[in-house]
Amino acid sequence: MASQFMNHGLRSGCIALVAVLAVLSGAPALASSEGGGFQQPANNDIANMASLQRGARNFVNYCQGCHSAKYVRYNQLARDLGMTEQQVIKNLMFGAARPTDTMDVAMRPADGARWFGIPPPDLSLMARSKGPDYIYNFLRSFYADPARPTGVNNLMLPNAAMPHVLWELQGLHKAVYEQEEHDGATHLVFRRFEEISPGTLKPEEYDEFVRDTVNFLEYIAEPMKLKRQSLGILVVAFLLVFGLFAYLLKQEIWKDVR
Amino acid sequence: MSAARTVTSGTGAAGGGGRAARFIDWIDERFPLTAMMKEHVTEYYAAKNFNIWYVFGVLALVVLILQLVTGIFLTMNYKPSAADAFASVEYIMREVEWGWLIRYMHSTGASMFFVVVYLHMFRGLMYGSYKAPRELLWIVGMLIYLALMAEAFMGYLLPWGQMSYWGAQVIVSLFGAIPVIGEGLVEWIRGDFFISDITLNRFFAFHVVAVPLALIMLVVVHILALHTTGSNNPDGIEIKEKKSPEGIPLDGVAFHPFHTSKDLVAIIVFAIIFVAVVFFAPEMGGYFLEHANFEPANLLKTPEHIAPVWYFTPFYAILRAVPSKGWGAFLMLSAIVLLFLLPWLDRCKVKSIRYRGWQFKVALAGLVISFVALGFLGLQPATEKVYVYAARVFAGIYFAFFLLMPLYTSRERTKPVPERVVFHGHE
Repeated sequence: MASQFMNHGLRSGCIALVAVLAVLSGAPALASSEGGGFQQPANNDIANMASLQRGARNFVNYCQGCHSAKYVRYNQLARDLGMTEQQVIKNLMFGAARPTDTMDVAMRPADGARWFGIPPPDLSLMARSKGPDYIYNFLRSFYADPARPTGVNNLMLPNAAMPHVLWELQGLHKAVYEQEEHDGATHLVFRRFEEISPGTLKPEEYDEFVRDTVNFLEYIAEPMKLKRQSLGILVVAFLLVFGLFAYLLKQEIWKDVR
Repeated sequence: MSAARTVTSGTGAAGGGGRAARFIDWIDERFPLTAMMKEHVTEYYAAKNFNIWYVFGVLALVVLILQLVTGIFLTMNYKPSAADAFASVEYIMREVEWGWLIRYMHSTGASMFFVVVYLHMFRGLMYGSYKAPRELLWIVGMLIYLALMAEAFMGYLLPWGQMSYWGAQVIVSLFGAIPVIGEGLVEWIRGDFFISDITLNRFFAFHVVAVPLALIMLVVVHILALHTTGSNNPDGIEIKEKKSPEGIPLDGVAFHPFHTSKDLVAIIVFAIIFVAVVFFAPEMGGYFLEHANFEPANLLKTPEHIAPVWYFTPFYAILRAVPSKGWGAFLMLSAIVLLFLLPWLDRCKVKSIRYRGWQFKVALAGLVISFVALGFLGLQPATEKVYVYAARVFAGIYFAFFLLMPLYTSRERTKPVPERVVFHGHE
């Protein structure tokens, strides 16, 4: 009975851990379930410091003109991304901000609303609410659409208010639709993007550029993510040792119970 | 002399000498410390054949304490105002020392509280722990469950994310289904014409003061009631009926050190699962922390898909299965109220599922399947018609378990219940 109890405990523990891992690996799939069929996983890695540094560069150069990251401080970037405060000041800070400041934006929300229809959202937590895969595909899904005021539309977010900020890098594409018949009706189904004019980056380079940017967004959404994972291993290891002694104590106390 | 005194005072801690024993005596003359320790710890006898299902009560107590402690620390940095709440949570996550750990423990604790409470309740169903003489114990337990739901619901508004806001909007508006007073009642609960800063402040007051206070008092009553009737066991036998000449139940062992040493192992196994979530999957794929809740509340933007957190979804599915809001709310409430009546709906004399007839086993399996299925359906978008029909079927099974209970439990052919508990000893 006693050992049976322990076995049960261990078994249910293992089942729960497996369930945790299963859910973890399923999470990106859940996050990217919206939008069209043009979707690929971002495959970014927040442990890749060089990618995070490039992503930070991309963010301050291409995103921060309109989007803030108001919960992130510059000096936290210095600490977490392996840079000195001087490097951050020189490479990532363009305005009058100090290293202890948060990554704010000069554009006033009211102006943003006037120019784009809605004020550009803060990006601190975008990778947690939408998922990194969503943003990765969003930034790769702009296509020419003369009907839109910005001249572009987006497959992931139809009628997006955001212009194609990265068009110089990616070039301009058009979306190719084909007619398809099912359920007795014809539907327009997206097939592929076709290049209209080339950008300064090759397609693989552009994907890499977006991947770095998304990587940075995932990092700022939960800056302690790497830390919690490495700490977690220590905590579980401690509990396993503690658990072994607790089990032996229980065996000793119960050995004469008949 | 001093050794003899130690034995009579019954505290191992006093072992070394007369001074500690004299100190205990001094307290005992003024407060029944030793008597209470004996009654509730060292001489509280519970059956020796407890299995894995008997750890969830203690685990619920552990999670309650964890929630109280982490909650106190969160309150030190959280700001209950519509303007600051969301930012203050991010402040805790990013700038407060170990704030992220405290917050993840609290958010994981909320879900794990329901995990252990649901398993604890299922144990009670399986082994007939709600039956005489434990009806009051069961009812107090159900009141704890109600308080826990209120606590979780109001706590979920506090981060002031999109799901916090719209989830509260949906649930509070349910009170509007009550005839005549409904609309006025909803306004009274919110303190405003919509969920606002005022609502957030009062939910905060309930979440950190009123409901925890009620929870703690109810838990004390629950444990006192338990220690009056004695714990049930997997055989459903009253161990108090067979006592040694010294008055100790033959099938019982003292809570301490026997059950405490076993519980410690269970607590550590549970802790490993708990920290695995906290450190490796705090969002649990969007089930413990919903993705949409990382977007600040926006009262101009209704989310496409509003789903409550998983522990409410079985009842949410019942609500949505009914076309009329009034009847939906009524059925949702009935689904909980029926649980209170269980001690009187069950007519079978035998407690444990081990010795009950097939009728109860089939019914209980139906209840579990329908509860889990409703939980799944409550998470799905309501736009799919097939989900709504499925929810109706499973809601039917759920209610049949309770409403048909007097019928099927009175015809059960039970097996003979043994005189003593089944226990095979060590190894």
